[in-house]
Amino acid sequence: MSAEPDREAVIEFRNVGYRLPGGRDSSAGLLESINLRVHPGETLVLLGRSGAGKTTTLKLINRLLEPTGGQVLVEGKSTLDWDPIALRRRIGYVIQETGLFPHYTVEQNIALVPRLERWPEDGIRARVADLLALIGLSEDFLPRYPHELSGGQRQRVGVARALAVDPPVLLMDEPFGALDPLTRSEVRREFQALQRQLQKTIVIVTHDISEALLLGTRIALVDSGKLVGTFSPQEFLRSGEPVAAAYLAQLRELERSGDPHEPR
Amino acid sequence: MNLAEFFLKHRMEILQSTGEHVWLVGLAMLFAIAIGVPLGIVVTRRPWLSKPILGSANVAETIPSLALFGFLLPVPWLGERADRLAIVALTLYALLPIIRNTSAGISGVDPAVREAARGMGMTGRQILWKVELPLSFPTVIAGVRVATVLTIGIATIAAAVGAGGLGEFIFRGLAMVNDQLILAGAIPAAILALGADFILGVLERRLRPAGLASR
Repeated sequence: MSAEPDREAVIEFRNVGYRLPGGRDSSAGLLESINLRVHPGETLVLLGRSGAGKTTTLKLINRLLEPTGGQVLVEGKSTLDWDPIALRRRIGYVIQETGLFPHYTVEQNIALVPRLERWPEDGIRARVADLLALIGLSEDFLPRYPHELSGGQRQRVGVARALAVDPPVLLMDEPFGALDPLTRSEVRREFQALQRQLQKTIVIVTHDISEALLLGTRIALVDSGKLVGTFSPQEFLRSGEPVAAAYLAQLRELERSGDPHEPR
Repeated sequence: MNLAEFFLKHRMEILQSTGEHVWLVGLAMLFAIAIGVPLGIVVTRRPWLSKPILGSANVAETIPSLALFGFLLPVPWLGERADRLAIVALTLYALLPIIRNTSAGISGVDPAVREAARGMGMTGRQILWKVELPLSFPTVIAGVRVATVLTIGIATIAAAVGAGGLGEFIFRGLAMVNDQLILAGAIPAAILALGADFILGVLERRLRPAGLASR
């Protein structure tokens, strides 16, 4: 591997390690020697069980966490050299509980980052209208508060908020995890359409194998703080990797019991 | 002479003492809010300061009020004027509920909301002013409410050091074994406390951020 930044990669992990601050115990390392590249326009899924280090990996990208070893590069520049505020505003961020501000209306939530960036008000109004159309909600929703929305609607608003300033990169942490199965497959399908339309570089964290196969153009399998490997969905299905095989076994089990959302 | 006649006869003195009482409590509360809310924020930002700050406020709270007024008497600048001393002592008493509720309110903000705010590139200051303070507002006001009611009661002790207020009647009544005099201080103080509680309760509901209405 060359030491030059990879021009092709939007996000690059170079031998990245992360351990908890103050963790004297060497086993407290949460991530070890992660090497990973995310290319423009692809959707990389970080797949792994709870506690495997997926969310930690994601948070290293927008510098909610800083690597304790190695480097995370975004657009060829180490996250530590970025101004964290500027970096985060270039990266959309969606989390499971959506993190919508409960005291802000839908309009205020979506317009949050444009307002922080001091866009002119008429530009914000137009952008909010576009985003609302994109996520398929009517203008009636603008004055509503998050507690007046359903889980699926909240999730859509969360996505709209993350897309507000049209960031080239989108990070999603279990974005559909809190939804009931029917709403989840509905929102997922919408998201697939959105994905094709927007051509963003997306990193999604999930522990759900069918979601990984459905949404990912590439799947990075994380286990106990290590990257097992990256696979295309087809490669993943054929992979002999024991961890991958365990996931596939679970998938077949689900299919036998008639799970409603099958992989493609 | 029954109680009503007594109140009527002494209405001017009662009103004046009530005015003094409101003045003492009002100023003490302003200072306590001005000091307590920032300290409550500091506690959430610097956890290692939590013990010393909350600890000191706790100690101030446990000193019997009469003794605290006594302790402050020999302090140079404070001892010069009774109302000055009383306001400082009352401020100390009001601090604890305000500090505690401010820090509890801020720590109680949903971590997902705070993380989303950070992840979207809000600065620490923006998160404080646009997210944490509005969301903790009901808790902060609840602390102010408790502190105000508490302070109105304790302010009756201020008369012991000559700071005036409704305690004057109570102390005089105690000395003269006159129930009517005691009630002339106690009843208006109770009404003040109830009134303050009511008004702050209304304020708490009115100023509550709209999206929190149903919680």
